[in-house]
Amino acid sequence: MKGKRAISNWIVLLVALHAIVILGGFFAPYDPAEQDRKSPYLPPMRIHFVDAEGHFHERPFVYSLQLGEGSYDKYEENTARPLALRFFVQGARYRLLGFVPARLHLFGTGSERIYLLGSDSYGRDQLSRFLYGGQVSLFAGLLGAGITLLLGLCVGAIAGYYGGWRDDLLMRLAELFLALPWLYLLFALRAFLPLSVSPLQAFLLIIAVLGAVGWARPARLVRGVVLSAKERDFVRAARGFGATSGYLLRRHILPEASSVLMTQAAILVPQFVLAEMTLSFLGLGVPEPVPSWGNLLSSLQQYSVLVSYWWMYLPALVMVPYFLGYLGLGSRLQQHEEPYKIGK
Amino acid sequence: MPYLLRRFGHAIFLLIGVSVLAFVFTVLAPGNYFDEMRLNPQIAPESIVALKTQYEVDRPLPVRYLHWVGSVLRGDMGFSFAYNSPVAPLLFIRARNTLLLTITAMLLAWGIALPLGIWSAEHQGGVPDRLVSSGTAALMVIPDLALSLGLLVVAVKSGWFPMGGMVSLQFESLSFLGKIRDLFLHMALPIAALVISVLPLLVRHVRAAIAEVLDAPFLLAAQGHGIPRRTLLYGYALPAAANPLISLFGFSVGTLLSGSLLVEVVMSWPGLGPFLLEAILARDLYVVIGGVLLSTLFLVGGNFLADLLLYWADPRIRTEAGT
Repeated sequence: MKGKRAISNWIVLLVALHAIVILGGFFAPYDPAEQDRKSPYLPPMRIHFVDAEGHFHERPFVYSLQLGEGSYDKYEENTARPLALRFFVQGARYRLLGFVPARLHLFGTGSERIYLLGSDSYGRDQLSRFLYGGQVSLFAGLLGAGITLLLGLCVGAIAGYYGGWRDDLLMRLAELFLALPWLYLLFALRAFLPLSVSPLQAFLLIIAVLGAVGWARPARLVRGVVLSAKERDFVRAARGFGATSGYLLRRHILPEASSVLMTQAAILVPQFVLAEMTLSFLGLGVPEPVPSWGNLLSSLQQYSVLVSYWWMYLPALVMVPYFLGYLGLGSRLQQHEEPYKIGK
Repeated sequence: MPYLLRRFGHAIFLLIGVSVLAFVFTVLAPGNYFDEMRLNPQIAPESIVALKTQYEVDRPLPVRYLHWVGSVLRGDMGFSFAYNSPVAPLLFIRARNTLLLTITAMLLAWGIALPLGIWSAEHQGGVPDRLVSSGTAALMVIPDLALSLGLLVVAVKSGWFPMGGMVSLQFESLSFLGKIRDLFLHMALPIAALVISVLPLLVRHVRAAIAEVLDAPFLLAAQGHGIPRRTLLYGYALPAAANPLISLFGFSVGTLLSGSLLVEVVMSWPGLGPFLLEAILARDLYVVIGGVLLSTLFLVGGNFLADLLLYWADPRIRTEAGT
């Protein structure tokens, strides 16, 4: 089936993109917190195959950067100092997947540091920070969406299956949460929590807040599915055979909601990644030195950075494929779901 | 009428619920404005205690809530610790700036989305349709934050637009036309960001709604009668497809205050967004609650407006509600 193929293509793309971030330690040449105070705001180095004399090299290389004549922040390529790119080099220590100690990196140079996305004010490698920041932001998005969906599933199942006053109460509450302007709510919730916290605490806090905010919509959708599923003949038959409520929900009713949940997940994850980015961008989220996609961009709030160091904006472009992946998957899933759409 | 009454009651319920929720969160909050004050050695502990009594921070929650409701009814919406003034006037100035931005952006976005969506639906599957849908997809993929920052980078590189703020420093000395031009230049970037960020959603909804009715027999009949294409699309198809669009319009109105928060902060537009952010950082609780309540008021009001418009536009709802 064509639709199914498209869905699995998008999933493959997303898995590949996420693998790059999850294995960030390997793809990143350096530790994200490692500073090089002597080279702040280095522009991205260009990868060359042809050198200044016009000779072709099969091993790609970059030119070392040096300050331009009479300038204190304009760098130029020093064509006398090519740095050959080496692959599978030993470098900074990191933990693969968070626990396997490793030193192997995809690429690096022997001597000087290489900056493919430029460096920030402390001379930290933006590419490494992007990859490690992605671990924080994407994980926050995935976990936040997971919590939201779990909450939504529980609330929706209870409201739909038991009905009566439970349904009224929960759905009224859901309407309340839907009516709240949710970015404001996020802010407000964050406002009432301590401001200066450790990175880990901040991270958990954000996830908890994200998870608590978005449950209303999935809950309403799940409720709709449960309402129609519990009247299906096979469910009635199972009940007639003496199945308990828990068994019925688990085995017969909730599996019906899986496609709704999948679609919601594809919609919620990028939203939550964005929310984490927004919070961190504004300084309410994950604090330095831990990188996240939000605080990677936050230096752009300074006018001087915006004017002189445009490459600080590059991470924003590099993250576009991630959003593209989720958007594509989400719209495919929605199309796929449509024929069987069961009420709201 | 009972339909509208019911919707109105629902709106009131939502407002009360949100205000209670916002208040409950304040109790859960560790630390407050006065804790930070205590760290300042220049302020005597006695005066902090006096301030606390004055602002009734140590009273039990229900009492504070009722007092706050009273102050909302009086039109004060509580008291800002940081500005030492009632919250409402502070909020209103910022809300006015925000609305200036968002209403213009909303009108512009709808003005573009309607013809574009209809055009795309008219040529379903054709080149224009594919052009529009790939264009909206491309815009959708760019995160809002990246979009605003990107526009800023472009503005800086080109030097065409002033950076941040609402007016230039020499605004007062400008002529009337000069003032308008200055304001317009400052508005251009945030409005562009807002329009671009909502446009894909609007166009897609308009397209879907129109495409759904285009195959309807009554339109074929009308076409058979020789009614011109334009009248057919705007006079017949659009009203028939209006219901989901009216709901969407209500949503647009609802997000007038809350939708532009990020853009305002990034572009330093002196609206509600930066103001609330500042209040959050200073723990100026009543300002935060006031801001949340005001924007919820808009969301609820937008929904109610949509209900009203639907009631007016769709006879089915009227008769259903009548029986």
